[in-house]
Amino acid sequence: MPDLTLDGRPLHVAAGTSVAAALALGGDGCSRTSVSGQRRAPLCGMGICQECRVSIDGRRRLACQTLCRDGMQVETRP
Amino acid sequence: MNEHANLLIIGAGPAGLSAALAAAPRAKRIVLLDDNPLPGGQIWRDGPQAKVPGQARRLREQVLACANVHWHSSTRVIANPAPNTLLLENAERGWQIDYDCVILCTGARELLLPFPGWTLPGVTGAGGLQALIKAGLPVRDQGIVIAGSGPLLLASAATAKSNGARVLRIAEQASPAAIASFAAQLPRWPHKLLQSISLFDRQYRSASHVLAALGRDRLEGVRLKQNGKVVEIACDRLACGFGLIPNIQLAQALGCAVERQAVAVDSWQATSQPCVYAAGECTGFGGSERALVEGAIAGHAAVGNRQAAQRLWHRRARWQGFANALNTAFALDPALKSLADSDTLVCRCEDVPYAALTGHSDWRQAKLASRCGMGACQGRICGAATEHLFGWQPSAPRPPFSPARIDTLLCLEHTRDA
Ligand SMILES: Cc1cc2nc3c(=O)[nH]c(=O)nc-3n(C[C@H](O)[C@H](O)[C@H](O)COP(=O)(O)OP(=O)(O)OC[C@H]3O[C@@H](n4cnc5c(N)ncnc54)[C@H](O)[C@@H]3O)c2cc1C
Ligand code: FES
Repeated sequence: MPDLTLDGRPLHVAAGTSVAAALALGGDGCSRTSVSGQRRAPLCGMGICQECRVSIDGRRRLACQTLCRDGMQVETRP
Repeated sequence: MNEHANLLIIGAGPAGLSAALAAAPRAKRIVLLDDNPLPGGQIWRDGPQAKVPGQARRLREQVLACANVHWHSSTRVIANPAPNTLLLENAERGWQIDYDCVILCTGARELLLPFPGWTLPGVTGAGGLQALIKAGLPVRDQGIVIAGSGPLLLASAATAKSNGARVLRIAEQASPAAIASFAAQLPRWPHKLLQSISLFDRQYRSASHVLAALGRDRLEGVRLKQNGKVVEIACDRLACGFGLIPNIQLAQALGCAVERQAVAVDSWQATSQPCVYAAGECTGFGGSERALVEGAIAGHAAVGNRQAAQRLWHRRARWQGFANALNTAFALDPALKSLADSDTLVCRCEDVPYAALTGHSDWRQAKLASRCGMGACQGRICGAATEHLFGWQPSAPRPPFSPARIDTLLCLEHTRDA
């Protein structure tokens, strides 16, 4: 049962939970801010649209194709 | 570090798994890779809110138990630096793989069309919502509207309901006549008939489509055109997808011929390029049964077992019949080409509105003038949308095929030096 940090807040999720799901479990579900300033959330759920890109331990990754792991630091605001 | 594969299989959905199992007895070293953390493709997703069916679990276990099958999870293809060579990347590293033969099993993605409000948080694809729920997205007690086209709407509704959501409406754009004629053919595939009966939902409406997603900072409701009448429904989520389109980008980059927006293959599942095969939904939308049999044919053919491949032809023909019936029934209504307003964003990566695209003659010109398709998704969403809206043909992708780290791209230096 991984414990991670989402935008500075601790979050505990079930094993096998994707980071995309964690965004909604521990926050408002949003992943990034678009070039014109809109907040966006995962759209395709399958690694195509790139709307779900977040920073995970300092690297830009797709939230929908990444599983939550213990100690992960997830940031949705650059 | 470089790697060699006698047979490389890209995509570990039903087609890729089935190809690996068929080829395993005769191939020396098989590499199977997928950009997802687990094998199974779009349909067989494990997660805290999903269980993979027994048949799928057994197939997966059989494949992973083969000593000559090497599985790379969360691995994407970044570039094709030389003939029979691909540059790969996972969370930790980038590396090159060279292969004697490759089978493309890259599947399909949803066709997502722009409409006012579709960028609001709370709006997802239809299959997209299903995938997100399976991976743990909470939907309990949420009101959900599902819209678009195809059998995936019902599958997505079933997943949402079994996880405690209230499905308020399923809006299918196809006409009642089209759906009735499809249903009348279903007894030819009894297994599919049973499946569709179990998925039936009384909120299902045909001849209905989305007009707009409503809300300020996130979705609050949807406006639908339902049998000619405009209705508004308050909801927490809108899941909207207009059917599946084959993922042909990698095949195009390798120079494979494309026919009717799918990878063109012969009866051995061979593409127009030597030693490149393709199977499953990248050769056309048609469901997991068709993907399984195409994968097996490709796997046998790629290792020279033509007899075993040929024995499966009749099974493929049967599921191709089902695919044809599906594609006819759920053909898209031309009214869906006029959903976007002038300020609706078509390219969500670069925030390019519809108005900036009208007046251009083709994809290339529009792209250069507006930056449409130049963002992170490399036109996978907006390129498919503008192909549907304006009939533009997106150009073959150029590497990097997906955003890559600098240290991965540096691996390319080794090819150039060599
Ligand atoms: C979101 C979604 C949900 C679906 N749900 C159902 C359902 O409930 N029931 C049903 O009958 N059918 C469903 N389908 C239809 C389903 O796609 C097919 O039935 C079946 O999964 C097709 O198998 P496939 O092996 O051809 O492709 P897929 O299952 O799509 O597998 C392709 C795999 O390749 C990976 N991939 C693609 N390109 C690359 C690349 N360049 N590098 C690395 N990996 C790559 C993909 O991530 C994917 O895992 C769904 C489709 C989608 C898109
Ligand atoms: S939600 Fe589209 S790439 Fe993750």
